[in-house]
Amino acid sequence: MIKIENLVKQYGDIRAVDNISFEVNEGEIVGFLGPNGAGKSTTMNMLTGYLSSTSGKAMIDGIDILEQPLEAKKRIGFLPEQPPLYLDMTVEEYLNFIYDLKGCKLNRRKHLHEICEVVRINEVYKRIIRNLSKGYRQRVGIAQALVGNPKVIIFDEPTVGLDPKQIVEIRNLIRTLGRNHTVILSTHILPEVSAVCERIVVINKGKLIANEKTEEISRVVDGFRRLCVKIVGPQEEVLAALKNKEGIAYCECLGQREADSYAYLIESQPGVDIRRPLFFALAEKGWAMIGEETMGTNLEDVFLALLERNDERKKKRNVVKSNIIAK
Amino acid sequence: MSAIFKREMRAYFTSPIGFIFIAIFFVANGALFSYLTLQAGSTSDISSYFLMLLFLFIILIPLLTMKLFCEERKQKTEQLLLTAPISLIDMVAAKFFAAYTMFAGTFLAATVFNLIPYFIYCEDVNLASILGNIVGILLIGGAFVAIGLFISALTENQFVAAITTIAIIAALLFISFANSYIGAAPIRVVLSWISIFSRFYDFTYGILNFASLLYYASIMFVFLFLTVRVYENRRWA
Repeated sequence: MIKIENLVKQYGDIRAVDNISFEVNEGEIVGFLGPNGAGKSTTMNMLTGYLSSTSGKAMIDGIDILEQPLEAKKRIGFLPEQPPLYLDMTVEEYLNFIYDLKGCKLNRRKHLHEICEVVRINEVYKRIIRNLSKGYRQRVGIAQALVGNPKVIIFDEPTVGLDPKQIVEIRNLIRTLGRNHTVILSTHILPEVSAVCERIVVINKGKLIANEKTEEISRVVDGFRRLCVKIVGPQEEVLAALKNKEGIAYCECLGQREADSYAYLIESQPGVDIRRPLFFALAEKGWAMIGEETMGTNLEDVFLALLERNDERKKKRNVVKSNIIAK
Repeated sequence: MSAIFKREMRAYFTSPIGFIFIAIFFVANGALFSYLTLQAGSTSDISSYFLMLLFLFIILIPLLTMKLFCEERKQKTEQLLLTAPISLIDMVAAKFFAAYTMFAGTFLAATVFNLIPYFIYCEDVNLASILGNIVGILLIGGAFVAIGLFISALTENQFVAAITTIAIIAALLFISFANSYIGAAPIRVVLSWISIFSRFYDFTYGILNFASLLYYASIMFVFLFLTVRVYENRRWA
């Protein structure tokens, strides 16, 4: 449904997007993950025809966005990073404007009513957008993208600036949309994509570093499991014991937490679930583990993990190649 | 296209700008008209009123055009228009027509008001001259609106857009006055050729000069074209 081929965007000396290619199939929800400034928004802006690409192609439903922009744009619903709202309009006026703007042919009242139902903005339908809260504004932005029932929906950081409850709601909403639409959403929050998307495309510094099923990415990332544990016991001895423990790659004392306990940061070796062995080892010594918390893997770690894996693959490939040559 | 046109028209009247424009236009127009024709010695010459009206446009046209594109850029709604299935030409044309409708509508309404007492009190009415003036003003207004629209597409700040538009319109109007201070004949010829003011005289006599008509129309088209180019350029930046 969406096809991006060798897409490049050059800003003077800076290559914001560097030769990215990927595809999204019909009905898929794909996450577009990368830190701030990775080129996510630039890629999305090129995909929606807001920016042109320096080279490469972006196709929607087989239509090139630069060659037949109007046809391609008809198939896209886009929510930019900042929802494009006219603050002086009511939600009703705004959605009617969008309906006209997109030259929509569906039954106006029924269609708009359905959309409001889905994104749950019925109760603010007659209100002026300026007076709406951030969460509602975001939802009106989503509603705008849904007008005309486009095949492809593109969300640029849809949950930024929302409170946790709203984030969950928006995620559920996106999941619902995935049943009838092809969805791409960009984010710099890993749990977000793993919660919603079936597949994840990871980019960093304009380059594509992974394009895989969500479970695959999670597995790579889980190799970097980090724990924060609180242990009652003499600090030096505990630390020494932890460092010697099999399966622990790295350990560090984070300082005293309660009268007799210390917090430790533990990073397990890839593929090892350290929690059970750790519990028993501590119990044997008579040190009580009074708290255990799995640390969220941050995006940096994801990139490191993915890059490391890519390097290893490359090495393996090179080894295979050199073996072939040797033979 | 009609969606953007409708939204712009609506925006003029949900903010004070439309009302301010109409109010200033009517007050200033009425004052100018009564002072220059009804209360003047020879009431039959209506042209000086239309000439003075041009100077009113220095502040009135920017009122209409300053926010057309600035606001979109500032509120980030530009992205909505540029990713919607409409062409840049449609987008620019819709905005132009919205501002022009405001201008022309107000002007024609004010003119009707003026002409009623004029026809009642004046004996030798020169209909050709009046029609010529109206056509001339409508054309010049179109050119000015196009200039304002273009300036608005260049900046994010309404105030900057307004000031720049005022400066350009004023410059175009005052060029002909500079002429009387310039000795070099070639410069004088060129200046009077590009001067909006000197070209307007033909219209005031009721003569439809094709060259002048073409001149105003081309200013309008050039600036509308440039506005489209600004957006194309930004896309390719």
